[in-house]
Amino acid sequence: MLKIIEVEARLFVRDRLNSLFSLLFPSLLLLVLGAVPALRTPAPEFGGLRFIDGYMSSLVVLTLVFIGLQRLPAVVATYREKGVLRRLSTTPMHPARLLVGQLVVNFAAAILSVLLTILVGYVVFGVDLPHHPLGLACAVVLGGAGTFALGLVIAALAPNARTAGGWATVVFMLLMFFGGVYLPRFMLPSVVQAIGSYTPPGVEALQQAWLGSAPDWRHLAIMGLVSLVAGTVAARTFRWG
Amino acid sequence: MIFLWCCPIVGGMAIIEVRDLGKRYGPKIAVDAVSFEVAEGEIFGILGPNGAGKTTTVECVAGLRKADRGSVSVLGRAPADVRSAIGVQLQSSELPERIRVSEALSLFSSFYPTPADWSARLGLSAHLKAEFGQLSGGLKQRLSIALALIGSPRVAILDELTTGLDPQARRDTWSVIEEVRSAGVTIVLVTHFMEEAERLCDRVAVFRDGRIAALDTPSGLVSRVDGSTRVRFVPSVALDVTLLEALPEVTGVSSVGEQIVVSGSENLVHAVTSLLARKQIVARQLRVDQVSLDDAYVELTGGSGAEDH
Repeated sequence: MLKIIEVEARLFVRDRLNSLFSLLFPSLLLLVLGAVPALRTPAPEFGGLRFIDGYMSSLVVLTLVFIGLQRLPAVVATYREKGVLRRLSTTPMHPARLLVGQLVVNFAAAILSVLLTILVGYVVFGVDLPHHPLGLACAVVLGGAGTFALGLVIAALAPNARTAGGWATVVFMLLMFFGGVYLPRFMLPSVVQAIGSYTPPGVEALQQAWLGSAPDWRHLAIMGLVSLVAGTVAARTFRWG
Repeated sequence: MIFLWCCPIVGGMAIIEVRDLGKRYGPKIAVDAVSFEVAEGEIFGILGPNGAGKTTTVECVAGLRKADRGSVSVLGRAPADVRSAIGVQLQSSELPERIRVSEALSLFSSFYPTPADWSARLGLSAHLKAEFGQLSGGLKQRLSIALALIGSPRVAILDELTTGLDPQARRDTWSVIEEVRSAGVTIVLVTHFMEEAERLCDRVAVFRDGRIAALDTPSGLVSRVDGSTRVRFVPSVALDVTLLEALPEVTGVSSVGEQIVVSGSENLVHAVTSLLARKQIVARQLRVDQVSLDDAYVELTGGSGAEDH
C-alpha cells in the first residue's frame, strides 16, 4: 500500500501544472486580493473585519472542490478508461487500493494547500489563525471527504473520462458559487448562504471554526452524512473495467 | 516432461481445467460449451477470428470474468483465489501516462511474494526512465509482458502477445517465451499469427463462433486438411493419370498443360516418386507444397467470412 501511495504521489507531483495549481493557487489568490487596499481594510459590510479575513474559508472551499472535483474524478475515470484498473484486477492487489492511494495523495495535497493558505494569511496579512483549530480540522476533513465522495460518484457513474470531466465541472462551479468563491458570501442572498452551509465542503463550518468560536456540530454532521451516502453510492456503482 | 507437451493430457496433470464454459453478453453468445485442459509446462495456443470467444475464454481463466455456465479451475482452485500464481497480459490495458517504466516494475513487483525481473531480457533496460506515454507500441507491449511475468507466475496468460511488434522484436519475444516455459511456466497464448502458433504451441485450440472447432497439435491440425500435401511435376514421358489415382495416398489428380498436380496425404511424395521410379519416368520441375497451419486455420474457421462474426 505504501508503494502505491509513493507512486501516486510521484505521479501527482510530475503533473506539474495541476499539482502547482492545487497547492499554490489559493495562496496566490489570497496574495492578489490582499494587494488591493480596499480588501485589506476593515469595513462595516465585512462585519468590521477585512474582506480577506472573511474570504479565507472560501479559499479552503476552492482548494477542496478543485482537488476533489477537477483532479480526482478525471484521474480515476481515466484509470478505468485506459484499463489500468482492469490490469490491476489481474494481480493479487485489488484495484480499490489504487483509489485509496489517489484519495490519500489528493487529501494530503489539499491539507498542504490549506496550511500554506493559513501561513500566508497569517504572515503576510496578519489574518487570525483559526480560532478553533480542532473544529477547522474536522470541518476540512469532513468537508473534504464529502467533496471527494461526490467526485468519486461522478467517476463511478460517468460512462467515460470526458463525460466525468463535464459533470464534475458543473458540480465544481455550483459548489464554488455556494461556497462564496465567486462572490463573497455577504453579497449572496440569504437562501444561497443557507444552502452553502449544507453543500460540501461546508463553508459555514469552516467560517465559524476560523473566525467564530466553534463550528456548528449540525453542519459537520451533514458533511459526514454526505460523505457516507455519496461514498456508499460510489462504492456500489463503481465499475472496475 | 517432454512427452507431456506433445501428447494428450495424462490424468491429474492438468494445471488448467475448463469444463463446459458458457458466457453470453445480452443476446449474444460469446462462448458456448467450451472445454479444454492445459498440462503443466505446456504452451497452449488459442486461435480464431475476432469475436470467436478467445478473449472471453482467457478472461474467465484469468478470473477477470465470471462464467454464466461451466467451471474453470487453475491449479485446482478458482482463478480468483490463485491470482498471485497467474500472470496476465491483457490485450488493451494501459498504465498511467506518466508512470516511468522503473516505477511500474517496482510497483507491480510489490504485489507479489517472489518477484522476477524480466525487463533486461525483454530489452527494457535502456528505457527504465521513460514514461509510459512516451513508449512506442512495441515497448509498451514488452513492458506489459514483463509485468505479466513479474510475479513468477506458474501460469502465464498472454493475449495477443506480439501484436504491434516488428519482426525482430517478435522473434526475440518468442525466445523469451521459450525461456519462460523452460523455467516451468505453463503458458496460454492467444494469437492471430499462425507462424507464432506453429513455432511455440504444443497444442492449439481453434475457436469459431464461441466454440472450439478443433483442438490438436499444430501438425495434427494441418494433417486434418484433405490433400494436405501437393506434388507438381512435368513427366518426362506421358503418364496415365489413373495409375496415380489408384494410389491409396492420393486424393486428387489434375493436369494443367503438361504439368500434373497430385494432392493427397503426408506420404504422398514417397508414393508418387516410387510409382514414377517403377515406370522409369523422370519428374521434371518437381515441386512439393505442404499445407500450412494458415491453410488449416482458414479451413477450420470457415474462410475469411468468419472474420466478420
